[in-house]
Amino acid sequence: MADKSIVGRTGKPFKMPIEWSKVREFARAIKDPSPLYFDPELAKKELGGIPVPVTFLQTSAFWTDESSSPGFGGFDLRRILHGEQEFEFFKPIFVGDVLTGVTKVADVYEKEGGRGGKMTFLVTETEYTNQRGEKVAVSRSTLIETGQAVKAN
Amino acid sequence: MAAKLKYDAVKVGDEIPKFVVEGVTRPDFVRYAGASGDFVPLHYDQTFVEAAGIPTVFAQGMFTAGLLSKALTDWAGIGNVRQFKVRFATRVWPGDTVTCTGKVTNKLEKDGEKLVEGELIVLNQKGEAAIRGSFRAAAG
Repeated sequence: MADKSIVGRTGKPFKMPIEWSKVREFARAIKDPSPLYFDPELAKKELGGIPVPVTFLQTSAFWTDESSSPGFGGFDLRRILHGEQEFEFFKPIFVGDVLTGVTKVADVYEKEGGRGGKMTFLVTETEYTNQRGEKVAVSRSTLIETGQAVKAN
Repeated sequence: MAAKLKYDAVKVGDEIPKFVVEGVTRPDFVRYAGASGDFVPLHYDQTFVEAAGIPTVFAQGMFTAGLLSKALTDWAGIGNVRQFKVRFATRVWPGDTVTCTGKVTNKLEKDGEKLVEGELIVLNQKGEAAIRGSFRAAAG
């Protein structure tokens, strides 16, 4: 059920240190052997620090808890699908940075589902700033709550 | 660092070199769960998915998106992506072969930075789109 009253709600800011070990693990998981993630001297020379993979901010999952969630009203998290994901980058992110993230509910809307029933869309945005207070990234997630259990496609 | 893409050399229609992963595996999904913190059991717990009426575990959408992002940074250079957007279409199952690619649709200058925009796609071995997306990357 689309509860538009949750739009604009924000969660408590959370801290997210960017750690080399996690960057390496994530790079391996997405099958990216680029030496820029594994060779600190090369990374420093070429980029000024060890960079993070494009989708690395997904690892904020390790740094968030109930307090950093804006609260999703009546959304049933057992019937949620990940619909869309977007990242925008404004400044480089490097290993050693400590980011602060704040998540807000950006939008809630409904559509008729292709497999029957209503689909409710929840859009959340997390804004990340670094230890210098610079805005470095925005992560935008669209989750879909289906009206019924989702069958295999 | 200078951007990898040469703005004057890039053309609308240029294709991003394909990154192909032949046969994604359940251990791939497990490794991605551990790396990302996404522990939704649909991606590694066979008992759980069978109880939900799904034949087998399947890939996290963001695992496949990660592979796609690697294709993008291989071409545009790590650190040059300004925007990356994906929409999840069809599921990726163990044994699927996924082909990650894209193409340039636009060149522009914004706030003094030269940028390249384009579409992204991940296709499975049947030619179905698992992911459709878009990007913006800095060019030199």
